[in-house]
Amino acid sequence: MSERLISKQLLQKLLDDHYAGALAAKERGELVAWSTSIAPQEFCETMGIYTVYPENHAAAIGAKKGSPELIEIAESQGYSVDICSYARVNMGYLEIQESMAGKIPLPDLLICCNNICNTVIKWYENIARELQIPLIMFDMPFNYDYEVHDYSVEYIKGQFQEAIHQLEQIAGQPFDYDRFREVMEISSEAAKWWKKAMALAQAVSSPMNGFDIFNYMALIVCMRGKKETVEVFKLLAQECEEKIANGQGPWKDRPEEFRIMWDGIACWTALSATYKFLKNHGINMVGSTYPDSWSIIYDSNDIDGMARAYSSNFVNRNMDFRVDNICKIVEDFKVDGIIYHCNRSCKPQDFCQYEVQRQVEARTGVPSVMFDGDQTDPRAFSQAQFETRIQALVEMMKIRKQQQRIGGE
Amino acid sequence: MEPVAAILREMEGVVKNPAHAVRAFKQETGREVIGCLPIYVPEEIIYAGGMLPVGVWGGQTNIVQSGTYLPSFACSIMRAIMEFAMRGIYNDLSAVVCPMHCDTLKCIGENWKVAVPQVPCFCLVYPQNRKNPSGISYLIKEFEQLRKKLESLSGRAITDEAINQAIVIYNEHRKTMREFTRVARDYPLTITAQRRHMVIKSGFFMDKAKHTLLVKSLISEFKALPPEKSNGIKVILTGIMAEPDGFLELFNQYNLVVVGDDLAQESRQFRTDVPAGGAPLERLARRWANILGCSLAYDPQKQRSNMLIDMVRDTGADAVIVTMMKFCEPEEFDYPILKKEFEKAGIPHLYMELEQQADSVEQLRTRIQGFAEMMTTR
Ligand code: SF4
Ligand code: SF4
Repeated sequence: MSERLISKQLLQKLLDDHYAGALAAKERGELVAWSTSIAPQEFCETMGIYTVYPENHAAAIGAKKGSPELIEIAESQGYSVDICSYARVNMGYLEIQESMAGKIPLPDLLICCNNICNTVIKWYENIARELQIPLIMFDMPFNYDYEVHDYSVEYIKGQFQEAIHQLEQIAGQPFDYDRFREVMEISSEAAKWWKKAMALAQAVSSPMNGFDIFNYMALIVCMRGKKETVEVFKLLAQECEEKIANGQGPWKDRPEEFRIMWDGIACWTALSATYKFLKNHGINMVGSTYPDSWSIIYDSNDIDGMARAYSSNFVNRNMDFRVDNICKIVEDFKVDGIIYHCNRSCKPQDFCQYEVQRQVEARTGVPSVMFDGDQTDPRAFSQAQFETRIQALVEMMKIRKQQQRIGGE
Repeated sequence: MEPVAAILREMEGVVKNPAHAVRAFKQETGREVIGCLPIYVPEEIIYAGGMLPVGVWGGQTNIVQSGTYLPSFACSIMRAIMEFAMRGIYNDLSAVVCPMHCDTLKCIGENWKVAVPQVPCFCLVYPQNRKNPSGISYLIKEFEQLRKKLESLSGRAITDEAINQAIVIYNEHRKTMREFTRVARDYPLTITAQRRHMVIKSGFFMDKAKHTLLVKSLISEFKALPPEKSNGIKVILTGIMAEPDGFLELFNQYNLVVVGDDLAQESRQFRTDVPAGGAPLERLARRWANILGCSLAYDPQKQRSNMLIDMVRDTGADAVIVTMMKFCEPEEFDYPILKKEFEKAGIPHLYMELEQQADSVEQLRTRIQGFAEMMTTR
């Protein structure tokens, strides 16, 4: 046997296999689904339906600098520059079916869950209409009260039933409830290990360089129901624990000076530029609101718990929850500062972000800055503005650290 | 034509000064006025509680304070609503109801709780799987919650019987408004685009029973008159709304006649009745299930374009004007499909981005003028 792979290599291999596997399945005439990123994947996994995630694909295209071309195609079809750029990238891809990040097969069915936003409803409606294919909609009502209402859980469960029925019809085969139980177990296990691995960044210094989180995220998005995923996160956790034991920080060539939390999605089109700038200032991203969205944990065979978990994603929660959530991250990860990405694409995040920032600052005293950007439309991001804001944050963090030192003496 | 003019004057007065209408109701009755954010708030429940539901649809203003909650790329109607709310313009309202149909409205409800504590905000979330029995049951529960909140606000019970009565009044209003939009087609010189809008909009600030009577007498006055001939370009409006003021005024100048609309602020309010049968809250929930062709009501078949094309055929319209509320994602996502289907059907359309805060109509004028010229020379 060849040398043992490290988690990062394994991650890459799984992702490559994931995309290649979907293409091969399509060629064999098997069903392929497109799905939103935090949809209950358990159902398609149970049915053995290959599922790919346009958001992940769009992010990869963005990182490879291929988004402007696809965005332009979508805009020429009448898609406004104001709508989420993931959708524009994807609608452009639908037209030419080529991208800098490779191909994904066209779907035979769609899985849409609005626990991230209502934008995806409109986006998936359009794909369904363009391709004339069935759309399975998981509606998770926005939780304006702190907790998920019991009657929302009932409604979601009703939709699970309906989805099973639809899938049986589409696939022409019965739903295997034993397999379903197994998939539920694996999915929850993967989410647990994901959460566990991410929590290891609480160590000072963190064993992970923050943007690693963005890389591993692809796996929890695309392959949450697979055993291999569990293995990668276990391995990642093991690697991190070893690093912690050896006192190793995120980088070989410099120490971690400032620990920050990043709110929102990365700027995929400027991933390395933003990363390098942060690193040059000794800033490590240790926590983020975003990855925790996939900590979808429930007891096996607990459908109520599963419904509740899927509805509990932070963007589907009210202001009070969002503030509590960030305050907890600040505390758990011993954060020195917060960077808020005002992501032009993502209205459900942005339109509460100003108030979230104020309340978190009032409660924790941790300094923060906000910059304007976009996940995959480079036109909405300015490296210069980003750098100015980060420099301001560094100044604030320095002052605060000094004060804390004086206060602590 | 005296009665017509008098009725129109009364409606104009209400539209120009809704605050007055709100205060007058409070003084006369001593009861509550409830603001209803767009769109599909089950006003019948409010009405059944003896309260006055009024529409909250923003307006033209300078954005100063609401910028602390919303970035510049939020739709202008919500920026205006937050602005008015923060300035205390809505303080005469006892509460508002915020139906969280889109991502923006979700955040409006959340921000409101912090920014406008003096006016309680009752949130509502509608199911997307609105035809499924589980979706209907869910919505009944949401409406039940709303009923409870309104009851404790007012201290009065809201009975099923009262809601059923309110449904009768509201359905009658809807029917009357549909008839008005049909009658308006025959009198394009008197019922100009601007007046048509005003007649509809005035309904947001009046007791619906009273508004129905006014519109009915308007209809019968018109029916006594011979239809008016117009060689104008017949258009259908689709979108959230046809504001700012000044936009529809251009229609007169360039000879555009509105023969129908699919605006959230206009026909979407009254084109779907509350169906008969069952308990009142279930009936209200089933109304949501029956809504067709609205960007906010989930529809994987996306029948809006077909519906609009039918509307064009039925009314003999020459073109469709898409009044696009800038930054409104639900509408912006529908547009590429509409565009494609209109082109396929050979129906000309004009895409106009509108913002409530637009302080100059000059840009709009250029577009409308160019469109009118194109239509007359084709
Ligand atoms: S970026 Fe925001 S708006 Fe776009 S799909 Fe994701 S959650 Fe929805
Ligand atoms: S985005 Fe559109 S639907 Fe949502 S509040 Fe604004 S105008 Fe209304």
